[in-house]
Amino acid sequence: QLDQGCAFHTAARGGLSSVSTQDVPAERPRAVFHTSESDPAKHAEQHEGRLYNIPLEEVKAVFPHGLPYRFQQQIQTFNEARVMVRRPALELLAYLKGSNFAHPAVRYVIYGERGTGKTMTLCHVVHYCSRQGWLVLHIPDAHLWVKNCKELLQSSYNKDRLDQPLQASVWLKNFKTSNERFLREIKTQKKYMWGKQESTEEGRPLGEVVEQGLARVRSASDAVGVVLREIKQQSHRGSFRLLVAVDGVNALWGQTTLRKEDKSPVSPEELTLVHNLRKMVRNDWSGGAIVTTLSQTGSLFKPSSAYTPHELLGKEGFDALDPFVPIPVANYSPREFESCYGYYLERKWLQHEKAHTEDGKAELQFLSGSNPRQLDRLAGPL
Amino acid sequence: AVGRVLRLCRRWGEGPRAQTLRLICATTAVQKKNVGASGPEKYTEAFIKKQIEEFNLGKRHLANMMGEDPETFTQEDIDRAIAYLFPSGLFDKQARPMMKHPTEVFPEQRKIQWGEDGRPFHFLFYTGKQSYYSLMHETYEKFLNVQKHQDQLIAQDLPLQKEKRNLAGSRWLTKIELEEMLLEKLSDDDYSRFVQLLQKLVALPCADIEENYIQKFSREVPVQLQKVVIEPLQYDEQGVPFSTGEGKRKTARATAVVYDNGTGKITVNGTDVLHYFPVVQDREQLLFPFQFLGRIGKHDMVCTVSGGGRSAQAGAIRLASAKALRSFVTEKEVEFMRQAGLLTVDPRVKERKKPGQEGPRRKFTWKKR
Repeated sequence: QLDQGCAFHTAARGGLSSVSTQDVPAERPRAVFHTSESDPAKHAEQHEGRLYNIPLEEVKAVFPHGLPYRFQQQIQTFNEARVMVRRPALELLAYLKGSNFAHPAVRYVIYGERGTGKTMTLCHVVHYCSRQGWLVLHIPDAHLWVKNCKELLQSSYNKDRLDQPLQASVWLKNFKTSNERFLREIKTQKKYMWGKQESTEEGRPLGEVVEQGLARVRSASDAVGVVLREIKQQSHRGSFRLLVAVDGVNALWGQTTLRKEDKSPVSPEELTLVHNLRKMVRNDWSGGAIVTTLSQTGSLFKPSSAYTPHELLGKEGFDALDPFVPIPVANYSPREFESCYGYYLERKWLQHEKAHTEDGKAELQFLSGSNPRQLDRLAGPL
Repeated sequence: AVGRVLRLCRRWGEGPRAQTLRLICATTAVQKKNVGASGPEKYTEAFIKKQIEEFNLGKRHLANMMGEDPETFTQEDIDRAIAYLFPSGLFDKQARPMMKHPTEVFPEQRKIQWGEDGRPFHFLFYTGKQSYYSLMHETYEKFLNVQKHQDQLIAQDLPLQKEKRNLAGSRWLTKIELEEMLLEKLSDDDYSRFVQLLQKLVALPCADIEENYIQKFSREVPVQLQKVVIEPLQYDEQGVPFSTGEGKRKTARATAVVYDNGTGKITVNGTDVLHYFPVVQDREQLLFPFQFLGRIGKHDMVCTVSGGGRSAQAGAIRLASAKALRSFVTEKEVEFMRQAGLLTVDPRVKERKKPGQEGPRRKFTWKKR
């Protein structure tokens, strides 16, 4: 039934998901490694280890700012976005499907060694939620908010806090692209004053707040705060489900590299964005879920061998996040490795003659230690 | 040699001069001695005997000092005692204080070759190289003997002995060894002539008669003696075969234990190899022995390593794992590994800095003025 000469992936192949992966024949690589199921809701155990396709328009809509940089480059090179279905993601999806939204939001923390696929798992979950029609609050990397900030303004709302106009405006822009629909539907419940003249009346769509934040960069951080508060208050009503996806959540409780004008260090609570985000991550609201990732790569002042929640979050963060569901992500299993290797081969990414042989595969597996990032970096020059 | 009694050579026609020399001997300050002309220092027999007595006495004193039994005090004990009493940081072992038997300290020398009347003892003295020519003479005599014996056997129609002497495991004396044996200098030409004569002698079928004589001039080549023994596989509690190996590179020392029936997992000093060696180059070094033998995913390895830097540790583990893998593999493959350089210790170490230079090779900046 499978036409081997066909090189287009977008053709839906119905009977594919039932093919067992026990046989790995070299003449049918695509059959084994790909799956036509592009709706994450239907991903199940039999799809584990396979790659599914996300149409490029959806990528632009759902992930304006979420994907890892190397993955974005890969999308550009291969002209398609293929994400591997892995067990931690399937686990998370199962929990989400079975969760009761009347209860307070459950927190999930994805953790693991460097380069094992935590961010990709998060993106998989975000894709699922956006397909299901949830409102997705995706913060691509919380570490960006606590370091390398050029401008720090004193907040007009609260004298002690500091604003970050640039980061806030960038985030608002991306938030707008991903959640157009909701911004029209959700209405403000209070009147907000932006400075002396501008104000947003009650009952206006949230899109106006976002526009206000984008237009007046000085008040962008406050706009972010308003958006977050509104969404939180309205989520338990049930008109929409809310997913808070934070990558690098350990940034919220660590240290910052920012300094005030008098060279004194800034602690995270003094940043408006961080303060508001912390309120979001508390589980005092219902009607959604909070999925977070720990990341050592961007973290400040943490040793490179730290990967457990306790080490990366510190005492403060751990207590704040305390009842959470940990989801460990490990290196590739042999099956996942085979499918990733087969995908690279098929897309002619591995050009070296020896890479096509069994020995080459064993060598790649040894050298990368089945670590996804190492494999990606190794396969680059080949 | 100042103050020592020199037994002067009384040459022909040097009567008056000999007396002058004896005069000089009494007052050494009068004439400056031409050290080069008199040749190497000559030690008299009496002198050597006295040295031996002093050595033995000193040995007993030393044994008493160290609290050991003088009767059973061996040369190794002497060496240890001297190293303890006179510790020296000099690098050259020959320069350190030592106490050895006089026969080892004073080189063997030719005794005087002529008698009281000046007439030399040996009939070949006037050839200049008496020992060499007498040796050639003897060897040729044996050669003629063997030929005569051969002729006799042919005359009696007896079969000639055809047992070939095994020349593969033996070599002739080197020129230096021959010089030591004869106590006189040889030229290369002389040496080659002697070796040719020996070979001609050995080539004769009946050379077995003179076997004793020939053996004085041949040495065994210890080729097979230094062959490395490959250890057999050991088995641990679960019955999994494993083997150990040790390796070093620069200052790093590593031991590796390679288990069979594995999945290719490697643990270094308790941590995973990906964490211990984040650089790909080091992991490639570890991969090399397994890849060469085609056994990448088949063995597990647990190693400990210390010292050196990142590259040195990787090289040390590579050597250790290659040595451990010898037990799992056929002899032919061991030979292939040896030729690939997997089993050789890398001799490169950090070169010493020399005085007058900034580093081992780099000179100071040259300034014209």
